[in-house]
Amino acid sequence: MNTDSTRTLTRPVFDENPIALQVLGVCSALAVTKTLATALVMCLALTAVLTASNTAISAIRKLVPRSIRLIVQITIIASLVIVADQFLRAFAWELSKELSVFVGLIVTNCIVLGRAETFAMNNSVGASALDGLGNGLGYSVILIAVGSVRELLGAGALLGYQLLPLASEDGWFQPIALMRSPPSAFFIIGGLIWLLRTWKTSQVEESETDVLVPPTPARSES
Amino acid sequence: MSANPRPQHAEQGYLARAATARAPHVRQREDLAGVLRHVLVALAPCLLVGLYNTGYQANLALAQLGLGTTTGWRGSLLNTFGVGFDAGSTLDCVLLGAAYFVPLFAVSALTGAACERAFALLRDRRPSPGLAVTVTLFSLSLPPTLPVWQAALGIAFGVVVGREVFGGTGKNFLNPALVGLVFVYFAYPLAFKGAGVWTAVDGFTGATALGAAALGGMGAVEATGVTWLESFLGLVPGSFGETSTLACLVGGAYLVLRRIASWRILVGATLGLVGTLFLLQLAQGPAPSATQVPWFWHLTLGSFAFGVTFMATDPVSAAQTNAGRWIYGFLIGFLVIVIRLQSPVHPEGVMLAILLGNVFAPLIDYAVVRRDIRRRKRRHG
Repeated sequence: MNTDSTRTLTRPVFDENPIALQVLGVCSALAVTKTLATALVMCLALTAVLTASNTAISAIRKLVPRSIRLIVQITIIASLVIVADQFLRAFAWELSKELSVFVGLIVTNCIVLGRAETFAMNNSVGASALDGLGNGLGYSVILIAVGSVRELLGAGALLGYQLLPLASEDGWFQPIALMRSPPSAFFIIGGLIWLLRTWKTSQVEESETDVLVPPTPARSES
Repeated sequence: MSANPRPQHAEQGYLARAATARAPHVRQREDLAGVLRHVLVALAPCLLVGLYNTGYQANLALAQLGLGTTTGWRGSLLNTFGVGFDAGSTLDCVLLGAAYFVPLFAVSALTGAACERAFALLRDRRPSPGLAVTVTLFSLSLPPTLPVWQAALGIAFGVVVGREVFGGTGKNFLNPALVGLVFVYFAYPLAFKGAGVWTAVDGFTGATALGAAALGGMGAVEATGVTWLESFLGLVPGSFGETSTLACLVGGAYLVLRRIASWRILVGATLGLVGTLFLLQLAQGPAPSATQVPWFWHLTLGSFAFGVTFMATDPVSAAQTNAGRWIYGFLIGFLVIVIRLQSPVHPEGVMLAILLGNVFAPLIDYAVVRRDIRRRKRRHG
């Protein structure tokens, strides 16, 4: 694999993360991350759909008239989503019940259509597949982090294994009920973006306001 | 002007772009730290009534349970110094109240200060002022039975997420004390719900008038034995500082006279509450509900007086235009009643209402300023 393909695959994970930098697909990141298990299944479903849709759309990109390309893209994505949904119902019925409509809603996930429109329509099949996989991984990194934090703090468990003994069962840990409700993911995603931008400072946005702050005021004046 | 090239507020981390050479000069006698000191003074009546009332409610409950002393370390400490548990003795009540309030306050203050300090070091700036007010407001709003570590988590969340991530005092769009409070409220709902948390005695359940109203309307409020005067004076179970409407009125009057709190917000919120209540009363059914409780009761119940006086008027997070303050206050009063009466989950809506008001404040100001610009264009353009 040459370096270009490696870049296509790895760039969306931290450098151009679909959730943390482009702030796409946030709705599902709030909805399905109550436990790590549902987050993992959602990651797999989205990555599979995204890789397949990017590949398919890239393969027919020269045959599709510009004027109807969105309809064609959505048709392909929707078909793939139905396949993923049916697959989950067949092989992971319990989890698919917990995910409810959110697998079906992958069709409206901005990441999928966004990659199809901006990348797959303009690049080769191989690169598009890697781009889909890379963006799926970028989405998964955030979802797994959010799902882990929420399940650990909201239930003291990870993947259903009780790590922190609950106070209600003679342990010491009192679960944080806030973590079981979707809005807590906003705080966690915000914290992750903060961490990521502390690490990759090029992602920091320019300040929209200019408040003058004096450079380190002298202590003696207080 | 040249005598003092660095105005006092420069200490807080902000500088005017330039000192003006000739009139008109903008003058402000008080710096930010001075304003915040006045807020602390205004909170004093609430604090004193709160200390007394927390002990008073606890001693009443102890007598009712037939106990001579409270349990745990507080019991040992107070017994060591020979403090009694007589609800009739003001000193006994204040000391018992302090035994509950001081640990919560001290832990909140230490945690809050540590968070401030950490951000000041990271950003190479002085700690932003206002921590004392935030911690006092926060701890006065807590139920007396809250574990101290939950208070520590709450104030840390309030200071960091409510203020420091936005750049410190003056740049927060929400009231940090409320952010911390709402964090505890949603993180540990049991600490705020039910009849057992508002009186500082283990195992004692004493319903608040608001809780009773939600269940059985005015009849249930009367059945708790609380009179309107007691509710107004603050001699009812509740969090430390919120029970006494009278103390809030005294503190609010001080803030309004000092021109720190906007009277428009206070009047707007009261009108919003009363107006919305009247509308809902027109549409109510015959079943007993909190809607039947008359408006003068609703004004004294729960944390309405405390929240509106000290939190909604926070000059940083409130609306800044005069017309905007009316709308902002009215919106908060409206939301308090809507959440109190129409939400099955939240018996009290004051903190959520004020936070929503904070969120809408910039939009309200924007609309008011746009309207003024349009009006002037029509007049002069």
